[in-house]
Amino acid sequence: MSASAQKPGQATPLGKFLAGSAVVLYALVAMIPLIWILATGFKSPPDSISYPPKVFFEPTLEGYVNLFTTRSRQTPEYIESLGPPKSWYEELVRKRNMVISGPSRFADRYWNSIVIGFGSTFLAVFLGTLAAYGFSRFRVPLKDDLLFFILSTRMMPPVAVAIPIFLMFRQLGLSDTAAGMILLYTAVNLSLSVWLLKGFVDEIPREYEEAAVVDGYSRLQAFWKVVLPQMRAGIAATAIFCLIFAWNEYAFALLLTSGTAQTAPPFIPIIIGEGGLDWPAVAAGTTLFLLPVVVFTVLLRNQLLRGITFGAVRK
Amino acid sequence: MAEIKLQNLQKHFGEFVAVRDIDFTVRDGEFFVMLGPSGCGKTTTLRMIAGLELPTSGQILIDGEDVTWKRASQRNIAFVFQLFALYPHMTVRRNVSFPLRLAGVPRREVREKTEEIARLLRIEHLLDRGVGGLSAGDRQRVALGRAIIRRAKAFLMDEPLGALDAEFRDVMCEELRLLHDRLKSTTVYVTHDQVEAMAMADRICVMNHAEVLQIGAPGEVYSRPATKFVAGFIGSPSMNFLPIADAVSCGASSVIVQGSEIPVPETAESIAHPRGFLGARAEHIKLSDGGALRGTVFGVEYMGARQLVTVDTAAGRLKVRAPNTVRVKDGESVGLEFMTDHLSLFDGDTDKALKTRARQ
Repeated sequence: MSASAQKPGQATPLGKFLAGSAVVLYALVAMIPLIWILATGFKSPPDSISYPPKVFFEPTLEGYVNLFTTRSRQTPEYIESLGPPKSWYEELVRKRNMVISGPSRFADRYWNSIVIGFGSTFLAVFLGTLAAYGFSRFRVPLKDDLLFFILSTRMMPPVAVAIPIFLMFRQLGLSDTAAGMILLYTAVNLSLSVWLLKGFVDEIPREYEEAAVVDGYSRLQAFWKVVLPQMRAGIAATAIFCLIFAWNEYAFALLLTSGTAQTAPPFIPIIIGEGGLDWPAVAAGTTLFLLPVVVFTVLLRNQLLRGITFGAVRK
Repeated sequence: MAEIKLQNLQKHFGEFVAVRDIDFTVRDGEFFVMLGPSGCGKTTTLRMIAGLELPTSGQILIDGEDVTWKRASQRNIAFVFQLFALYPHMTVRRNVSFPLRLAGVPRREVREKTEEIARLLRIEHLLDRGVGGLSAGDRQRVALGRAIIRRAKAFLMDEPLGALDAEFRDVMCEELRLLHDRLKSTTVYVTHDQVEAMAMADRICVMNHAEVLQIGAPGEVYSRPATKFVAGFIGSPSMNFLPIADAVSCGASSVIVQGSEIPVPETAESIAHPRGFLGARAEHIKLSDGGALRGTVFGVEYMGARQLVTVDTAAGRLKVRAPNTVRVKDGESVGLEFMTDHLSLFDGDTDKALKTRARQ
């Protein structure tokens, strides 16, 4: 881990200032793309492609409106005949000689992403916790081989298994279903989650469970009351890693889903194709897509910090 | 409280024998200490009594009931772990009350009981704190509290003072013993520290290499060790051993050590080979000019009222406890006289002590 071995007593004011500046500078560099995406989402289409790029602009919600709607171009006469616009977003659209013809599929895709992302994360962490506990505490025959086998599922590039999986999914009727995608992402994440969590379980001394068992608790109760609470940091860290993978996954989502179960990643680029290069809509979609992972990570940040050091600071 | 009976208890870990054929009874209300060097099987035995380890063969009876194959949770015993095993995610109160919060004990009763125990152990002021910031001594008390809150049949303690510093260990030693006298609880206590064992035990069980060597009251184990190992392990300094030159016949009343004849209690057994040892505690050797064995003073440690004199002799380096009125200098030649009735004889091959008139 990062070797910030500076004890409070040792830090000179200058050293603190330099270290602080470096962190701020790095944060700025890392944030620029994100800020650009956020800003583009609130630009009008001409502003978004103007050269030189506009840093100051008049913010508009056009991108978000375009993201959530499908529109058709009409003659001014036709639009005139419709009467006054019924809402602020209709007004916004009519300025471009368009009328709203219906909602877009973004909300559906977004919901799919949430169901598949969080569903597979929950399953991977749940199964991973049980498996990790088993591997850590019980004498499992061929334990090392099994653990290696679990890890080896990660060794192949996804492309290598794409076609077999595509064929299997078609045979089993899992193509383009949320259940199929949850299954796939859970399978991919499980190796990570078992290995990470086993490390955390290994660090919890057995005496805790033994003490609980002697005090009259069953093994399951001891696991629930004594082991699980101490795994919180590890579970949080693992869940974030799993979620980030499942949430961002593009290749399999593109290959295996098209209509009903499509997730947001393969959908967002499609927006580009609908009626010209609509960068604000793409940026708006990307912004909304980033949010859940950010919120999830911020909520679990305390657990995560402790988790990522792999319990090095315990005791 | 209860009586614990072990019968022919064995524990193997693969090829390794951790406990070999152990047989003893811990009496109701007794403070029973299992003493031995690390790896001697004492902790394994304790864990088998608790049900945390299953024996390879043999039986464990608690109050006459065979619990050999019962789960730990069904034996109703309490266990204090070496590193306390306090749950880090719970407060002191929740740690202490943990065994009670299991099966439908009313909340009010849990609360009252917890506070009563906390008062007894003087940790009331810590009840709502986390266990993270507690001192070793307070952690120890919390662990004890968790053990005594239930009316368990017996308390099993695995080196509970091992993590404390020496100064505090003395205090806790005394507190533990007082607590035991107050609760009149059957206690099995494991330690490798013979001072602790001597200070607290009603009876001591000395183990080495998976076997029980001797069970007896502290005084008995000290003055009549059953084997040479026990004699060496218990007491500080440990017993002096002097090699005997010849075989020892049954009924002999003296042995030859380095050409000097030393009177011993009349033997009731013999040693057939010249590999016997004469055992003498430091306080059972006197500095005396008329002594049979002679040596030179190697060093002197003053210990207040007494002094410990190290003497180099032809039979090895011996420790002698002498009153501080005796003045000796390094390099001085002294004679040693042995107090016949307190001497032990050991067979060097079997390690066992010989039966003599002084010990039957």
